[in-house]
Amino acid sequence: MIAIVDVCSGNLRSVERALAQVGGDVTVTRDPDVVRKADKVVVPGQGAFGVFMRGLVERDLGAALREAIASGRPYLGICLGLQVLFDESEEQGPCAGLGVIPGTVERLRPGDPALKVPHMGWNRLVQRARDPMLAGLADDAHAYFVHSYHAVPRDLSLRIVEAEHGIPITAAIRKDNLFACQFHPEKSQHVGLQILRNFVEAA
Amino acid sequence: MTLARRIIPCLDVKDGRVVKGINFVSLRDAGDPVEQAAAYDAQGADEICYLDISASPEGRSTILDVVRRTANQVFAPLTVGGGVRTVADAERLLEAGADKIAVNTAAIRDPALVTACAERFGNQAIVVAVDAKRRPGGGWEVYSHGGRTPEGLDGVAWCQQVADRGAGEILLTSMDRDGTGQGYDTELVSTIARAVTIPVIASGGVGELAHLAAGLEAGADAVLAASIFHFGQHTIGEVKAFLAKAGLPIRIC
Repeated sequence: MIAIVDVCSGNLRSVERALAQVGGDVTVTRDPDVVRKADKVVVPGQGAFGVFMRGLVERDLGAALREAIASGRPYLGICLGLQVLFDESEEQGPCAGLGVIPGTVERLRPGDPALKVPHMGWNRLVQRARDPMLAGLADDAHAYFVHSYHAVPRDLSLRIVEAEHGIPITAAIRKDNLFACQFHPEKSQHVGLQILRNFVEAA
Repeated sequence: MTLARRIIPCLDVKDGRVVKGINFVSLRDAGDPVEQAAAYDAQGADEICYLDISASPEGRSTILDVVRRTANQVFAPLTVGGGVRTVADAERLLEAGADKIAVNTAAIRDPALVTACAERFGNQAIVVAVDAKRRPGGGWEVYSHGGRTPEGLDGVAWCQQVADRGAGEILLTSMDRDGTGQGYDTELVSTIARAVTIPVIASGGVGELAHLAAGLEAGADAVLAASIFHFGQHTIGEVKAFLAKAGLPIRIC
């Protein structure tokens, strides 16, 4: 069973529908014990960093997420679900994150005034490493992004997918069992469904 | 490579049915917005937009079912506008499966609605639709109620205000060009695109493929069109191939 962790996020249902579409056995939950028993854990996120972290604390989910990551079970973070893995964010803050990945979340400052914030739309995934979660993706695969802040890992080798928005930004990171993406696979048509299928099929 | 410019087909929906739409033989029910949206999705549309033009509350309630059914089979961003007056209206649409809601007249009546929606759902979920018409002396005037009522608001100032209030993007329609097939008001597009730091979607006036390129070259981050995609005039794929050949960054599926 795949637990989709409900932390007051707008894209929960989309993620649920997309995972079900590719054959996932999914349960949306805010119960830390269900998260502890799940074979795989998905943390979707959308909205503001501080609100999300408060939701995690109020629902007593932080420890369960840390345990899931430490347990070696497949873990997927999406959008804010990626950002909250970091030490802290500039958004509404500084605001502390889970601190699983050393690094910070910063406001997007593309430099060129023609480049808009939010970074909204389809951008090419620049794949820096091979990864089972990227299996079946074309070299020029695009995914749907929408965010105004971006995560910068201290160890840039964790950043296995980048996108270009004036500067290279983190599109996905990999650390052991943990894969997290800034883009929205649940809104990225066949590319996103392929990534979710890879997650469903991951051992 | 950089962020691709988005191509957004828009479907006008009244009482749960498409008012004008693509006429493919493959569709079982050409009046069903969900089938039309799925067809656009399969063609590689970057987003789908529904504009609900139902006049009655009963008619408007049907859009929720349409959005729910769409979200079950379309895995691309979905924007829904028309008749959104309150935070609760927005919430119902987002819960049904919309990714963004577009507000127009209600935002003019109460600009705090934009702030409230942005705080509640995030900036990315709030599109402000702006209907602008040229003033004889220069500049643009904002209209409400589907382009019927002049509001005495300056187009540039209004767009800047809603951006400051937390809108995630602006859906900019030229009232002068809408329905004419003469192309976007590219001066309006470039003026607004330079005046705000959020994305601008150009709308109103597309009659041929070159108009889409002109809108993007004027600075639009995305182009929205209705009739050019309907009746099978052009597929999304044809449009994208044309724009890519014109040198614009386009996602080819």
